[in-house]
Amino acid sequence: MDFSAVFSNIHLFLEGLTLTLELLLLSLFFGFILAVPLALIASNNIFILTRVAKAYIYFVRGTPLLVQLFLVYYGFAQFDWNDKQNPLWTEFFSQAYWCAMFTFSLNTAGYTAEIFRGAIIRTPKGEIEAGRACGMSAFTLYQRIILPNAFRRAIPAYGNETIFMLHGTPLASIITVEELFGVTNIIRSRYFIDLEPLLFATVIYMLITFSIVGLFYVTERKFLRHLRVNSR
Amino acid sequence: MIEYIPLILEGMLLNIKLLLLSLVVATLCGIFAAQFRLSKSRIFQNISFAYSTLIRGIPSLVFIFLFYYGIQEILNRLGDRYGWDYIDFNAFTAGILALGVTYGAYMAETFRGALMAVPKGQIEAGHAYGMTSLTVFRRITLPAMIPHALSGYSNIFLVLAKDTALVSIIGLREMTSLGNSIGNSIQMPFLVLSIVAILFLAITAVSDLFFKSIEARVNRRGQ
Repeated sequence: MDFSAVFSNIHLFLEGLTLTLELLLLSLFFGFILAVPLALIASNNIFILTRVAKAYIYFVRGTPLLVQLFLVYYGFAQFDWNDKQNPLWTEFFSQAYWCAMFTFSLNTAGYTAEIFRGAIIRTPKGEIEAGRACGMSAFTLYQRIILPNAFRRAIPAYGNETIFMLHGTPLASIITVEELFGVTNIIRSRYFIDLEPLLFATVIYMLITFSIVGLFYVTERKFLRHLRVNSR
Repeated sequence: MIEYIPLILEGMLLNIKLLLLSLVVATLCGIFAAQFRLSKSRIFQNISFAYSTLIRGIPSLVFIFLFYYGIQEILNRLGDRYGWDYIDFNAFTAGILALGVTYGAYMAETFRGALMAVPKGQIEAGHAYGMTSLTVFRRITLPAMIPHALSGYSNIFLVLAKDTALVSIIGLREMTSLGNSIGNSIQMPFLVLSIVAILFLAITAVSDLFFKSIEARVNRRGQ
């Protein structure tokens, strides 16, 4: 067991780790912003929009992340993009990092929207009736009652989704983004050694996963305190 | 591009084979891990807890690589030291085992909850009749466990169905890698990959219908 290849290149691994966390956090952020309106549309009955939202969520949840990634990275190159002069192509879709960020954001938006939709639907009818009895408009009802409680209910499932997103970031290395797993593969092919770099990457991913689990445990304790069984 | 459709369907067949075989491995791992977790021995409990927690902390792709390339390298090094012949680790087997072990960890949690929901009295009655442990499991525990495990099991199944795409990275010619090669060669990657995506949706939709029908039958029996 010779870890010298890993430890002499620790700076590369740190850069890769930074890229992984960047990809994870930014995708989660953009996905969250997209997911809230998507969930609101999908949990109501608005004309055609609801069908579109539900179809989008069905597609994103029914296809593998890898296929979605390839669709964007390899697939978008099929189109003309104004003879590849369009800035949307030159600045964005021709680069692997932004393709990965785009795909991960859309993916997590779909899953998160489904989580929020489930949480919104599970709002107790009594709370909505009480709100209406107080004369709240729909907007105030959403702002004061439905959304805050839906977000609380969604915390455990959202924690799971964060972990799944973290487990999805290695896929970016397949389209040449040099995040942690990409660096691992580079070291593997440079030194012709497989076991040690992979073990190292495994340990790092485990540490990040357990940190996220701990973070969400603390968050659940704080925001779901009203549901805890107290042995007083 | 129509002439490539049979090729893509062959790839889909490989996907389905991978799915069903890793499902068997995962179910077995899950049941054993769940039984270990609920046993009286501390050692078995800890083994099961470590298995479930550690495996669920690793991304599937990293674990598949670790399993395939790592074990191949261990075999090579041991072969160097002891002078064995070159042992080859088949990518298909590696894919099935890696996916099975990974999703077995998730199933262990589902089965643990389901096993705990089986009334102890029924199991004790089985032992009182003189049934062996295996018979008790087959005739009493398993049928009682299925309704509780079904929704978790179907969720894990659907995630596994999509993760079979990952084995394309270790070189198996399943739908995703075929879609990529075909798309690149006829320069219409978006079209071909969209077809691959729709085929995955088909697998998901059929599995969904299958599980809904099983759920209906299982729930009806309780009446």
